[in-house]
Amino acid sequence: MNPIEQLFADLRAAGRKALLPFLAAGDPDLPFTARLLREFHAIGCHLCELGFPYSDPIADGPTIQSAFTRALARGLRVEEIFQMLATAVPRPPAVAMLSYAIIHRQGIDPFVAQAAAAGFAGLIVPDLPAEESCELRRACQARQMALIQLIAPTTSLDRAKRIIDAASGFIYYISVAGVTGQRSELPPEIAENLGRLRQLTDLPICVGFGISEPAQVHALIPHCDGLIVGSAIVRRIEQGLARQRTPEEIVADISRFCGGLLQALEGKPTP
Amino acid sequence: MTTISSSDLLAAAALPDAAGRFGIFGGRYVPETLMEALQELEREYAAAAQDERFRAELTRLQRDFIGRPSPLYFAERLTKFCGGAEIWFKREDLNHTGAHKINNTIGQALLTLRMGKSRVIAETGAGQHGVATATACAHFGIPCVVYMGAEDVRRQQPNVRSMKLMGAEVRAVETGSRTLRDAINEAMRDWMGSVRTTHYILGSVVGPHPFPKIVRDFQSVIGRETIEQCRERWQRLPDLVVACVGGGSNAAGMFYPFVTEPTVELLGVEAGGMGNQLGQHASSLTFGRPGVLHGSMSYVLQDADGQTADVHSASAGLDYPGVGPEHSYWKEIGRVVYTNCSDAEALAAFDQTAQHEGILPALETSHALAIAMREAARRGQDQKIVVCLSGRGEKDAAEIERLKKL
Repeated sequence: MNPIEQLFADLRAAGRKALLPFLAAGDPDLPFTARLLREFHAIGCHLCELGFPYSDPIADGPTIQSAFTRALARGLRVEEIFQMLATAVPRPPAVAMLSYAIIHRQGIDPFVAQAAAAGFAGLIVPDLPAEESCELRRACQARQMALIQLIAPTTSLDRAKRIIDAASGFIYYISVAGVTGQRSELPPEIAENLGRLRQLTDLPICVGFGISEPAQVHALIPHCDGLIVGSAIVRRIEQGLARQRTPEEIVADISRFCGGLLQALEGKPTP
Repeated sequence: MTTISSSDLLAAAALPDAAGRFGIFGGRYVPETLMEALQELEREYAAAAQDERFRAELTRLQRDFIGRPSPLYFAERLTKFCGGAEIWFKREDLNHTGAHKINNTIGQALLTLRMGKSRVIAETGAGQHGVATATACAHFGIPCVVYMGAEDVRRQQPNVRSMKLMGAEVRAVETGSRTLRDAINEAMRDWMGSVRTTHYILGSVVGPHPFPKIVRDFQSVIGRETIEQCRERWQRLPDLVVACVGGGSNAAGMFYPFVTEPTVELLGVEAGGMGNQLGQHASSLTFGRPGVLHGSMSYVLQDADGQTADVHSASAGLDYPGVGPEHSYWKEIGRVVYTNCSDAEALAAFDQTAQHEGILPALETSHALAIAMREAARRGQDQKIVVCLSGRGEKDAAEIERLKKL
């Protein structure tokens, strides 16, 4: 069984939910990324999403764009991300999130082979809609990699059904029509949309985009299987760098932040 | 003269297919958030294209607002100067707003109204598409935001002023290389959050399906008129048609009606910039390879990891690391030949056209002129060359003065 399927099967059996922190690989450098991945394991995060820096990320807001720019400015290469993952143990199962531009350039089969060898359990390719994903899906199946599909608030029910047919691992539900980034308010119809999606599939549903606060975790968690937190973490790295904090201090800050979200996830009141 | 069979040429002209593909090129590589809007646009455009009233309204606006048909002009002194084939200009510079871009924006603004959307966004490089979008939006009373790279805001000030005067908001983009590619990224990001109420008027034959087809179709009036005018003036078609290629909208509009005319050679000219090394030019078809950028598969300039490369051209409108997918397809099947021309050659062609013809061509267009002049010199006087004179060059005057001092 793929580690992602195993994870959600175990969580479901225990009546628990997942926290999926997102990191931009190599921001500000790869040893720091490896260190945070180990910290995520230490505090009990369930799965982690590793963003591959890309020069033209059209689905990302300013926070993640800046992180990608910082990493690429230091000459980060795709191969180095794969090498880093091997050294980041123990860590939660990892999913690579990246543009299809990067996969296409390496070639689908070579890329999936490398990603699997490096230890990735799944792929999220936000600019590869379900109808363009056949070839990548086959390559992922051959190596027991999950290919996670995204569903947006603008997705019709009919389309959602077709996307679910193409999905494995979990469904990534995008909370708001827009780019990644923190938001103080999430749309009110989100619970209803998740309810409708729940009727369509047994796959785990994780919600991302805009999530940064324990109160949001409390509100969303009854309607889904896990939450993805990205920009709120990346922003802590950016602020730590700007204030010339040591890597230890930045890791401790993010650890406290994720710890708070994990408590909220378990239904504990926010400290 | 192409050696491709006429049935193959007809098949090529019937593309894109239902998946938005020109051979392996094109498609839709965009976030799920945009997919419903792209499908809606595809449906509405297909319905509009069959709608007599929509077509009549477009024809009326092309005549009364844009000033079509644009003339086919014999560049007699430039022809004598080159000493070979006749050089003719298709005068898109004489359109309202001074370039071919308005052909597309008027059409897409009509589509915006038809779809009931209340706001328009656009990207612009040289500013010609920004001005043409601001113009169409002012004409129809639609609020308009134009994204423009900060570097392009600097080198194309006259166009920035025009956009603002017509009520558009110009947002300078400070990310990345601060040029056209970053302006497209920013417009896409805006659209991700505004897609329910906003139409994105993409300015070239790039991006996800159905944009490459829609923009090509609205620009094809250039090639259709040219064919009609050539038949009327000469009772035959030209031997060679030349157009500059950045994203490739004027070239696509000029070439498309000629694709099925096997006797006509088609030549696209990319920006050769300052040299052949990655980063010195913007010649995606000449030096790039198939890859994904801005929602479609096409020739792109990337590094070995798939990161988009930095590009250079003196002309803001050609300063782009990709190209429309249909051009990639025409290159693959051998129907169109693509070459490139350096900054210096383009600047020289600008001067020669200005001084021999009393026409200031856009720096983008000057690339096509340079290659057309070279071709004219090596061909016989019985041959006829048509250059798509895609835009006028007043916007470039200050930048050209600056470049000459360097």
